[in-house]
Amino acid sequence: MKRIPLYAMAHARSGDKGDGSNVGVLAYDERGYKLLREWLTPSRVKAHFEGIVCGEVERYELANLKALNFILNDSLGGSGSSSLKTDAQGKTHAMAMLRIEVEVPDDYDPPRVGRRGALASDSELEGVRR
Amino acid sequence: MSGDRIVRIANGQGFWGDSVDAPVRLIEEGPLDYLTLDYLAEVTMSIMQKLRRRDPDKGYATDFIDLIRSTLPRLREKSIRVVANAGGVNAAACSRALVEVARVQGATGLRIGTVTGDDILDQLDEFLASGIAFENLDDGRPLTEIRDRVLAANVYVHSFAIADALREGADIVVSGRTTDPGLVLSPLIAEFGWGPQQYDLLAAGTIAGHIVECGAQCTGGNFSRWWEIDGWDHLGYPVLECSSDGSFVVTKHDRTGGLVTVDTVSEQLLYELGNPQSYITPDCVVDFTSVRLEQQGKDRVRVSGVRGAEATDTYKVSISYIEGYKAVGNLTISGPDALPKAEICAEALWGRLRRAGYEYDNTITEFVGVDACHGQIPGEPGPVNEVVLRVGVHDRNRAKVDRFGKELAPLVTSGPPGVTGFAGGRPKATEVLGYWPALIPKDRVRPEVRVEEVS
Repeated sequence: MKRIPLYAMAHARSGDKGDGSNVGVLAYDERGYKLLREWLTPSRVKAHFEGIVCGEVERYELANLKALNFILNDSLGGSGSSSLKTDAQGKTHAMAMLRIEVEVPDDYDPPRVGRRGALASDSELEGVRR
Repeated sequence: MSGDRIVRIANGQGFWGDSVDAPVRLIEEGPLDYLTLDYLAEVTMSIMQKLRRRDPDKGYATDFIDLIRSTLPRLREKSIRVVANAGGVNAAACSRALVEVARVQGATGLRIGTVTGDDILDQLDEFLASGIAFENLDDGRPLTEIRDRVLAANVYVHSFAIADALREGADIVVSGRTTDPGLVLSPLIAEFGWGPQQYDLLAAGTIAGHIVECGAQCTGGNFSRWWEIDGWDHLGYPVLECSSDGSFVVTKHDRTGGLVTVDTVSEQLLYELGNPQSYITPDCVVDFTSVRLEQQGKDRVRVSGVRGAEATDTYKVSISYIEGYKAVGNLTISGPDALPKAEICAEALWGRLRRAGYEYDNTITEFVGVDACHGQIPGEPGPVNEVVLRVGVHDRNRAKVDRFGKELAPLVTSGPPGVTGFAGGRPKATEVLGYWPALIPKDRVRPEVRVEEVS
């Protein structure tokens, strides 16, 4: 097994849902989707977002889009305009999710490549930029 | 109605404050039948109620009037019809302003449709007395707990009201609180004659609206693989080519920047999504797990297969209320040792307030450049050249919030060296608006449609 950044095998989008956020994670291939369905559990996501997510993490599956939809309850420091956070709407939670390191089999190589070198110093994305 | 006919619908505004050029470009840069504009968010309704309270002729998106003033001749030349929820909490006043603009320009014969009936603020007590508790959908509390602090109450009404205005020949329709996807669904109902029981078709139109409701977020904006996007300075806004069977193609006008791929569209499909099999709208319940996407050429994604189910017997009500006050302020701390010095500033600020006897319902301390967005997730921060210290408080007591605002500036002279960036003055207390989602039986709400011809 090896660890690769989620950013190398999936893309994501997030936004607000009441006092929480949702993060949609979309795998680039079927095998990646199956691996994520196994590995990217609500408890792993909750642990990854420690200090940000105060409520429960729920997960829904969308096999048609090779996607998992996570609801991060109580993750905005309040709802409506009461949050004091810079990211009061969870807009950046997708990027935070893509930082997670996923355990995958050694022979799994995600299909998408080709990130240009503009952020060459950003070592956490080495796996994306092959 | 012909089954082969394509209806082109573009969305040029994802929220109040989106690009002012986007709708103008959509009118000029390619073919279009309908232009939709989404101006409303939960918070926007409260702001508009406040504006209307100050002036009974206000309370709508005035940007929309400016847009129509500058584009009306072109809209008429190209026979583009406009659907906008610019009415806010005062659609009637918005329409009066539109009629005035049209008269000044001599746009005789122009028909302006108005959809009202979503604003139930004045009927709240009547409804409460009749047994509708407006329990908070998140925690079940009854509305009576916050009744005296309510600022706005609007029902997300169904999409057939706007469709009726279009069927009556309206060239421009303004509404109050309709659903965002409904702005796209309504013209499809009007054009293709979809009925209230054709749930798959209504769901398909809702998906179409959901994909474009945030403007450029399906054409390359906010896309994870941002390095694949070209033409950020002339990003194309989305154009839908819709068919009567509910299928449609997501695209953008030629020679615009951005990207329309299965990836950019599927990412937006998941935006602000809850349970994908039960996306409830006033018109139907949509199953997002039924959607099929397929790349049909450059910047063209075909969407089909959408399934829907019968709508519920309630409408969602968006209620906002005053939840106290807040203030947020910033200081910039330069290196060397930017982060430890910023931490000293924060400790000093909160310590001084505590010594003065001030505690708050909620506070925040963020080190922008280090942990503001992702907290501990990126791991231990390396040395940073400079940090923005961002601090804020929330409290029911306005005076306490104002007192906090006075504690920031002194840190420039009574903190560690290299502290600056206090140019904006003292942070001022602003109202915090709480959001209270609730339900109301559908038979208690009557959307009203009026179409007026400019003479």
